[in-house]
Amino acid sequence: MVPVSYYFALSAILFTLGALGVLIRRNAIIVFMSIELMLNAANLLFVAFARTYGALNGQIYVFFVIAVAAAEVAVGLALIVAIFRSRQTVNLDEISSMKG
Amino acid sequence: MPTFTALDFQILLPQIVLVSWACALLLVSVFARRAGPGLMPLLSALGLLVTGIFVAFQFNLEAEGFGGMLVADGFSAFLSLLVIFGGLLTIVLSYNYLQRMDWAKPEYYVLMLFSISGMMLMGAAGDLIVVFLALELLSIPLYVLAAFAYPDKRSEEAGLKYFLLGAFASGFLLYGVALVYAATGSTSFTQIVAALATAQPLYLATGAGLILVGLGFKVAAVPFHMWTPDVYQGSPTSVTAFMALGAKAAGFAALVRILLVVFPSVSAQLTPVLAGLTVATLVVGNLLAIAQSNVKRMLAYSSISHAGFLLMAVSAYGSDAARFDLVASVLFYLLAFALASFGSWAVVMALEHKEGRGLEFADYAGLGRKAPGLAAAMVVFMLSFTGVPPTLGFAGKFYLFRTVLEAGQVGLALVGVLTSLVSAYYYLRLIVVMYMQKGTPKVHDDRSLAWTAGLTAAATVVLFLFAQPLFGWAAQALLKIF
Repeated sequence: MVPVSYYFALSAILFTLGALGVLIRRNAIIVFMSIELMLNAANLLFVAFARTYGALNGQIYVFFVIAVAAAEVAVGLALIVAIFRSRQTVNLDEISSMKG
Repeated sequence: MPTFTALDFQILLPQIVLVSWACALLLVSVFARRAGPGLMPLLSALGLLVTGIFVAFQFNLEAEGFGGMLVADGFSAFLSLLVIFGGLLTIVLSYNYLQRMDWAKPEYYVLMLFSISGMMLMGAAGDLIVVFLALELLSIPLYVLAAFAYPDKRSEEAGLKYFLLGAFASGFLLYGVALVYAATGSTSFTQIVAALATAQPLYLATGAGLILVGLGFKVAAVPFHMWTPDVYQGSPTSVTAFMALGAKAAGFAALVRILLVVFPSVSAQLTPVLAGLTVATLVVGNLLAIAQSNVKRMLAYSSISHAGFLLMAVSAYGSDAARFDLVASVLFYLLAFALASFGSWAVVMALEHKEGRGLEFADYAGLGRKAPGLAAAMVVFMLSFTGVPPTLGFAGKFYLFRTVLEAGQVGLALVGVLTSLVSAYYYLRLIVVMYMQKGTPKVHDDRSLAWTAGLTAAATVVLFLFAQPLFGWAAQALLKIF
């Protein structure tokens, strides 16, 4: 059996990649994908430790998170599409007009 | 095998009422398109009132439901009533404003109700996963509301920025929750506390830190505040008023409960972090507010600085002497902030014109002569924000500082006092502009805005006279659990 620390390391790597993606990438869709990566890193941690503890609650939480992520997709993509329609770009630097 | 009892549903009843009301209103909005624009705000306000009555019955309840996932106590009841009050004020502020700006759509009110139900859940959460779900329930409608003036470009931009950074923050929060789960095998507050002795300290401290980051984003603490000025400026002003109070109150409620109930054992690690956040928030919020020429942005930075004052009290959570006063003073300050905040946004809305005009400091010149009532109310709000007697803001700050001193954090209190002095500069500048500079501001004749401003200003002054008994009552009635 794969030790739980391996899952932990993988999830930490995924989370870091996601966080870096949000900070570095400028395309709204890619930023959004990176956020999903962060959520899934947490999911992996939940599932791995649910197995370690022999408990089901961690696996149930993953369903909650997936449902929340789906709701976020609905709102987020709608926002991005709306912005693309009015500005023909989803580059965050070009979208940003308010300063100060 | 856990089973549901009548008590579980009694605890959840206000949420059930509010959410089913909101769902019903969605249907109403589809089938009653011809009923006139006044129907939805009226029905939403009615729903909030009914929910408020159900909450009021819970004031003396002291119970846990759904296996500890939800908690009903004076703290959660107070918070629920505060956000319901905020919701009612927002409806009053919104109706004419949305019509005038051509943004009136019935979904606006439904989204607000959903968001309020999330805020109520934040205060009642007894489980980290419920905190996460409540945070999403309050945030997702707010993302839509921020972009509600679509196709206004600023509003779209505000919606997208709020969404991306909000979702980023909930990613941090969720990973923190997962780490705490990894450390203790549970997310329930009581079970985490029970498992602390055997918990992996590194997981636990990292998890607590990430949860702090996630909630720090929501309450706009520096360095997680980047979204605040843009989102506050770009959103419809009624939405800004709503999220300025609602998101902050809910975020602090969850933060206070999590820190006091779950993480007293890591207070040695977390207190310096919280103190650092406090100092950064106070300094950055107040200094950047000085540089603003747009009143909405100035109020946004002012809102950041108020998050700093609240954090100042929260960072005293490790001290046994202060924890009781901490909760009472945070709730009290939120009430003072709510009144002054809604009032000042009402004045801003009275001067706002289409396409974001009428929002600069220069547009306020001569307001003292043109609309003496509004200007006088604005003076009261600015004094309350600064913390000058006789306003509720002074009493609020007094109790916050007392809490910090009780915990022996003199340095933090000093930073708080100094930054308060700095804040006087930009608040008083608005007063100077209104009374000393000549101009002819264009003010909308909107009675609901004038009444809101007048009543909240009156409440800010009158409640100050009763601050002492009010605080004592709050401390005794609400806080048995802590």
